[in-house]
Amino acid sequence: MSWTDFLQFAIKAFILTAVLLGAFAYMTLFERKVIARMQNRYGPNRVGPFGTLQPIADGVKLVFKEHIVPKKAQRPLYDIAPMLSLIVAITAYAVIPLGPASLEIFGAKFWVADINIGILFILSISSLAVYGITLGGWSSGNKYSLMGAIRSTAQIISYELSLGLSLLGVIILASSLRMNDIVESQKTVWFVFLQVPAFIIYCIGAVAEVNRAPFDLPEAEQELVAGYHTEYGGMRFAMYFAAEYINMVTVSSIATTMFLGGWQPPLWFLPVELGPLWFVLKVLLFLFGFVWLRATLPRLKYDRLMQVGWKWLLPLAVLNLVITSIVVALVS
Amino acid sequence: MANPFKATGNTFKGMGVTLKNIFHKPLTVQYPEHMRKLPPRERGRHVLHRYENGLERCIACMLCSGTCPADAIYIEPEENDPTQPVSFGERHARVFQIDILRCIFCGYCQAACPTGAITLESNNLLVSYTREKMLYNKEDLIEPKGTATRGAALAWEATPPPEARALIPDFQGLFDGWRTTAAAVGKGDLVPEASGQVDTPKPLRKQASLIPPGQAVPKSLPGQREEE
Repeated sequence: MSWTDFLQFAIKAFILTAVLLGAFAYMTLFERKVIARMQNRYGPNRVGPFGTLQPIADGVKLVFKEHIVPKKAQRPLYDIAPMLSLIVAITAYAVIPLGPASLEIFGAKFWVADINIGILFILSISSLAVYGITLGGWSSGNKYSLMGAIRSTAQIISYELSLGLSLLGVIILASSLRMNDIVESQKTVWFVFLQVPAFIIYCIGAVAEVNRAPFDLPEAEQELVAGYHTEYGGMRFAMYFAAEYINMVTVSSIATTMFLGGWQPPLWFLPVELGPLWFVLKVLLFLFGFVWLRATLPRLKYDRLMQVGWKWLLPLAVLNLVITSIVVALVS
Repeated sequence: MANPFKATGNTFKGMGVTLKNIFHKPLTVQYPEHMRKLPPRERGRHVLHRYENGLERCIACMLCSGTCPADAIYIEPEENDPTQPVSFGERHARVFQIDILRCIFCGYCQAACPTGAITLESNNLLVSYTREKMLYNKEDLIEPKGTATRGAALAWEATPPPEARALIPDFQGLFDGWRTTAAAVGKGDLVPEASGQVDTPKPLRKQASLIPPGQAVPKSLPGQREEE
């Protein structure tokens, strides 16, 4: 790999990180405004036109906050845990294709890396996400943080199984792990129509993975103060917060890539060259869905949450996989 | 466990409600560009009133500061100079200070005032950056020389409208304890089982007019020996 390739990777990674962090900032505003409208009120609309400078104001506020660190916290882990969460959240975006291969900007394609085990890479990276949470809860020196971290970890690893199994159905249909192949093989029909149960299981599992309502007991304000990020203030909390929202964007992107056809246009006559636009619109649809769920549904009790994951989603995902395999084997 | 299909259906119904609400106009009133329309008797900043001839109504009787639950009113009385009276009485308030930060705008001072001197009017934009500026003295509260309004005092002095007085429409106002059902106070139409009569009251004891005077003989009280 020559130094030009390396430079290309570095620049793309930098741009991707910047875009994702900007997306996180404005995702908070989007969420606040949409939830507000669903509750018959305006969201933030004082700071800048329609509240568009609100995330910047929030960012400045978080940067200027005092760094309160509990005495019992184990400093090296305490400092690393939020960074780990954020790094993992951003890294999973490296293999997601944002545009078709025919589209190039300054000679570079619309993805950072095109590895042939794309989806496996994403699943492995998102498994690392639990480390940031567990280490954060443990190193805070606070038993409630630890409880929140353990709950969150258990929830994430339970729903990861169903997530992986539901994606296996798609992989069997595409017969490849490479993300680009999966998107290309949805030229005729998107996999959401062929794999409806897998799509539903993936959506539910994704909401649980990201610790969003109605599966957000680990960070329930009313029960555990703030769960694993209780003892984090200022920029450290901002990193956890960013990690959660970027995770949301990542699982939405994976869903669009695997089920909604990625950068494929929604209707056949629309231009493929606007690939990134279609991708962004589909991701926005999912993000709206996340916010809509948060505004509507009450929180699931923790034991019910685990029951849903193990007793309902996992068997259904396995069933879907078996049926898909049988059908594909019979057809081909 | 609950029926999962019904649960899913209900979930989607709920999500439909929130989606519908996006298109409803928000109920927020954008202060300070728009102000909420408040009722006419809403209690705001206090006003000290005057009589028609220019004298102050406040006679420093201290009833308002006595009744104030938040101890917000501070009064120092002073004798009226007979040649140059300030108020219509023997004394007037030299210092009349309301700590508007303590005040809870309950209106008890307005209710207690015998002359209708203090009333709560509708100014509720009472903000400041310092505590000192939120101690309102007499010159901030008294209405200017020449004006003589009554303000909300008229509401306290007037007789209540008919619908406010008869709270329980069928109630006669007399309670002799024999009817304790809902029907007695005008609610429901249950008839007490034990009574055979609903209309005529059953007296608890013999009415005094049936016993001729001088002949009422008390029964012996417990513990008293009978006289032989």
